[in-house]
Amino acid sequence: MLTRRSLLLTGSALAATPLLPARVRAQAVPLRLEITEGVIEPLPFALPTFIARNGGAADAAADISRVIAADLRGTGLFRQIPESAYISTITSFDAPILYPDWQAINAQALIVGEVEEQGGRLVVRFRLFDVFSQQPLGEGLQFVGSRDGWRRMAHNVADQVYERITGETGYFDTRVVFVHEEGPKNARLKRIALMDYDGANVQFLTDSRNLVLAPRFSPTGDRIIYTSYESGQPRVYLMDVANLQPRPLEAVSAGNMTFSPRFTPDGGSVVFSMEQGGNSDIYRVAVGGGARTQLTNAPSIETAPSFSPDGSRMVFESDRTGGQQIYVMPAGGGEPARISRGTGRYGTPVWSPRGDYIAFTKQEAGRFHIGVMRTDGSEERLLTASFLDEGPTWAPNGRVLMFTRETAGTDGAPAVYSVDISGRNLQRVATPGMASDPSWSPRLP
Amino acid sequence: MTFRFRTAALLLIAAISVSACARGGLNDGAGGLNGQGGFGTASDPTSIAFFNQSVGDRVLFAVDQSTLSVEAQSILTAQAQWLMTNSEYRALIEGHADEQGTREYNLALGARRASAVRDFLVSQGVPDSRLSTVSYGKERPIEICSNEACYSQNRRAVTVLSAGAGV
Repeated sequence: MLTRRSLLLTGSALAATPLLPARVRAQAVPLRLEITEGVIEPLPFALPTFIARNGGAADAAADISRVIAADLRGTGLFRQIPESAYISTITSFDAPILYPDWQAINAQALIVGEVEEQGGRLVVRFRLFDVFSQQPLGEGLQFVGSRDGWRRMAHNVADQVYERITGETGYFDTRVVFVHEEGPKNARLKRIALMDYDGANVQFLTDSRNLVLAPRFSPTGDRIIYTSYESGQPRVYLMDVANLQPRPLEAVSAGNMTFSPRFTPDGGSVVFSMEQGGNSDIYRVAVGGGARTQLTNAPSIETAPSFSPDGSRMVFESDRTGGQQIYVMPAGGGEPARISRGTGRYGTPVWSPRGDYIAFTKQEAGRFHIGVMRTDGSEERLLTASFLDEGPTWAPNGRVLMFTRETAGTDGAPAVYSVDISGRNLQRVATPGMASDPSWSPRLP
Repeated sequence: MTFRFRTAALLLIAAISVSACARGGLNDGAGGLNGQGGFGTASDPTSIAFFNQSVGDRVLFAVDQSTLSVEAQSILTAQAQWLMTNSEYRALIEGHADEQGTREYNLALGARRASAVRDFLVSQGVPDSRLSTVSYGKERPIEICSNEACYSQNRRAVTVLSAGAGV
């Protein structure tokens, strides 16, 4: 059965409005956590359960507080001080902050909020305080949304807190499209599925009749492209998230497998591999149809294309010299330059949305690694190692990756993991079962 | 206050458990993914069962290769002779890879293997119009352990026959 649920929050999704003008005050040393090569000591924060302004908001206040804290803890950059340690009690959203009480428990950031129900909708307000500078960090903000959208409001609050403290863009109000897997290793059933970045709100986009592989989000998050065996051959399909109606990307003559699709940064075109007579090359076609442009032309395997965020260059893998290696070429075609230089094989390159790194899968001496390198191939850094790690996808802020990790043996099973680009904070993402091929959405609109 | 930390990237080594090799997949000997029923009996030399068991429906490949070994060429020569004798059959050649590789590369590798078999059969006189190919990459292993004993069986191209659709 195909489950279909509305993907968007009903009505106007989330309206964020500043609560109060910032209290301007000289601030010599503001609270700031710089993510460089990995933070060793997480920053302690206090988050008293948000106040429920009325009875209808009680559950939401507790749930929202829990999700905000989980978002922050999950980064590995923040540590939550348990509520049992708090000296002050926050009884009113507008009450003055007793900074010494929070300094005494070594809370560096304090998040205070309230939730109110207004005619079936939720209003969430929060403020962030820099405890040791004794001042607010940014303005208070208010989010309004439907009751169903409480998780997104929590993620929005957490994104704000993360951004104000780290200076990086938040990535909590995002989704991940992935492949849900069931059944034994030699008879796997696969379905395209969608979840919030933290594994909540799983929704299946296809049934398990046809083998499906490697879905990718469009740059605006409203479309998904993937490979399906619906016709008997692997072929690229496109789906609008709003209606879940799959359609073939283009009419491809019988016998030609198409696979490994990704959107161009403007979302208007798709690059993919097409196989003819056993040889795979990379092509580009407009989403709306039209002429197919051949981007590579070699008697070797060319696949796994990914564009630089400005659309000027394309990274891909090729085995033209024997094993898989990573190459960069001008987006419109031209001479590829190999950038992977180490020993072993390199595949599945993905350009960071920030443009600064390329993530990849490396295979060497029977082990697989997820790694990152600069776009010229320098500063290679391996972040993981296991029996089988593959297929990294970037968080929209370019600071965290998800990937597939598969265990060995007859009971071997895939799961989705996340790791930050310093190699810290390796975590398994909570999925309802076996899961593979994650693709991270942009920040939701 | 400002926090700035620089540490070397951690290399996370996950412990893995290596399971013993289990022999026999679900599709073992069943003539590829699409083979189901209607094989006839192996004693009938014009049956799919005879082709699968006596001629041999599959050839194996070395790691990351699509080159046909001498043994593979021998099996394919027999396949070609059988196909030319039994012209009422069509053949779908499935290319497969072992799990030691990334998903999309393995799809392309499976296509290469299937194509190598197709080209060989055509070179032996089988009409191209009776042959088609598909790649399953690493998606459909027949042996599921994680060592070479299984991998070598999974790096395969299987010639799957269907009746009644000849030229």
